[in-house]
Amino acid sequence: MIVQDNIPFAIRHFAPAQLREALRKMHLIRLFEEGAEESYMRGLIHGTMHLSIGQEASAVATCMELTDADKITSTHRGHGHCIAKGADVGRMFAEFFGKETGYCHGRGGSMHIADVKTGNLGANGIVGGGLPIAVGAALTAKRLGRDDVTVCFFGDGANNEGAFHEALNMAAIWKLPVIFVCENNKYGMSTPATYATAVPNIADRAAAYSMPGVTVDGNDFSAVAEALHIAIARARAGEGPSLVENLTYRWRGHSKSDRNRYRTKDEIEDWMSRDPIARFRAELIAHGVLDAAGAEAVEAEAKQAVADGVEFAKASPAPGIADVTKFVHAEEAA
Amino acid sequence: MNAQTQITEVTPSGETREMSYAEAIRDAMAIALDRDPTVVLMGEDIGTYGGAFQVTLDLIDRYGPDRVMDTPISELGGAGVAVGAALTGLKPIFEFQFSDFAALAMEQIVNQAAKLRYMLGGEAAVPVVFRMPAGSGTGAAAQHSQSFEAWFGHVPGLKVVQPSTPEDAKGLLLAALADPDPVIVFEHKLLYKMKGQVPTGYYTTPIGKAAIRRTGSDVTIVASAIMVHRALEAAAKLAEEGIEVEVIDLRSVRPIDRDTIIASVKKTGKLLCVYEGVRTLGVGAEISALIAESEAFDYLDAPIQRLGGAEAPIPYNPDLERAAVPQKADIETVARRLAKGEV
Repeated sequence: MIVQDNIPFAIRHFAPAQLREALRKMHLIRLFEEGAEESYMRGLIHGTMHLSIGQEASAVATCMELTDADKITSTHRGHGHCIAKGADVGRMFAEFFGKETGYCHGRGGSMHIADVKTGNLGANGIVGGGLPIAVGAALTAKRLGRDDVTVCFFGDGANNEGAFHEALNMAAIWKLPVIFVCENNKYGMSTPATYATAVPNIADRAAAYSMPGVTVDGNDFSAVAEALHIAIARARAGEGPSLVENLTYRWRGHSKSDRNRYRTKDEIEDWMSRDPIARFRAELIAHGVLDAAGAEAVEAEAKQAVADGVEFAKASPAPGIADVTKFVHAEEAA
Repeated sequence: MNAQTQITEVTPSGETREMSYAEAIRDAMAIALDRDPTVVLMGEDIGTYGGAFQVTLDLIDRYGPDRVMDTPISELGGAGVAVGAALTGLKPIFEFQFSDFAALAMEQIVNQAAKLRYMLGGEAAVPVVFRMPAGSGTGAAAQHSQSFEAWFGHVPGLKVVQPSTPEDAKGLLLAALADPDPVIVFEHKLLYKMKGQVPTGYYTTPIGKAAIRRTGSDVTIVASAIMVHRALEAAAKLAEEGIEVEVIDLRSVRPIDRDTIIASVKKTGKLLCVYEGVRTLGVGAEISALIAESEAFDYLDAPIQRLGGAEAPIPYNPDLERAAVPQKADIETVARRLAKGEV
């Protein structure tokens, strides 16, 4: 990436208020997921969840230039995407707690968290499930003459699904306004991406679809934001799709069942020392966007939102048992 | 709603015209394309080629490639694009060349289309239509001849219809398109050339309503798709022997029209289910069970009978192929035995 001076792209490109909000969202994601984990340990949340702690820069920087009209499709590791796109953590906690006030009225949980009003078409329990759906959303924009774009989040695991090939190929032949954002966190559950994928970089696969492909440090907020800036501009200009690969790492296991037998403590600690939030925060302070006290205030705001969100969820009503088939079809949704 | 999503009403004319089943489906699609600019057709070779069974024929010339979109040979991805498009404001009609190929797209149909509204707590809708040419009798053997209606009928969130006449082929497709949820339309390949009177203009045939095609008091036959016609032929023959068969055209597998079936069985006391899908765990099992659970059970004068597809893939050899699914003679034999109390 060519840097014209030593001021990072994001600092040059975004207003201080936007950067402050980005930091707030990154803290919010981290604190939300820590809060969700704690609630799970305390038995307030059942089932399972997939935490993205350590991947916050990827989610927030990717969504920086998206409006509510722009769509995203998300993954099973989708809490960060949902918050980055603008969801309210109270309604997210309510969903995790299985409450009627949750985004999915308690029917979806962590794995199907969505917020259609802010353009999040939903997390997905199927690896690669969102890939063709994102292409369909981009097709709608093109057919109806709208200039909104769709960002398709997926992981390194999904890049080996057949749906990846079919989706990228169709997006390319129809020049659709979609950006494929691969969050390569090095493991599909336990299987290393280096073992499961025949090319060194997942972005290399873009060549097979005649679309630009770029691999960036996914823990570098500015690098991700710049890559997305270019890809979104290309999509909005009607020039077609792009593939962006954000190299990152999840600090936690794949899900609650993970015994961490496939990676070393040293590796995890090494990545924890490259915390994307601390890095971005230091960058904002270094470039005078915020001072230390300002950064503390941002984190405190996020903490308060999480505390309020948990209380909202706890106080919310559960769905009625008689409503088990509500929402299967439109007539039952009335 | 902006100007691009305005629906233009086409008033039914009250007139009918003779059309084939395939023409009736094409007529429905043309009406849909005319009245709603968000409707798009998608599928493999549906453009210049006109579709594997020539159902879309010249629609690409009339509506252009933006609305009649050839997809690559990508059933999973293509179905998924249709789902994503439906989720965000288009109304896609996605054609599978053969219903068998929907097996490649089960993920998007079953895990995504059928469940998105529910998983998202009613905050999203997937108004997509999947058209699936189905059934045996074309010599295309095991991977181009299956009848999957029971598979899809097992999935909450989907609606599944099987028109048996040109009139219903048009009306059910337009109803499927008007439905806010995903609908699968099984079109029987052997019916594409069948002719019948079809109302011109826009109309819908209600999803979830069976049709009584022949009334009778001795035996009820519930049949679907091409089996309706075989059952009607058998019923005509049996009438010569004084056996009056009531033939119900199921039309909709999910939701199923319990009331019509129960009322008929209460009248005749005898039930024969005829369907082309594999007999075990098929549509006939559901119909039998709903009778066994209903007040019609007390009216039964004989055990319920099922005629379904053989417990085998559809074979190539034409005699074997015919033997693998119910034929008129099979229906006649079983219905006669039922009527005569020999079962």
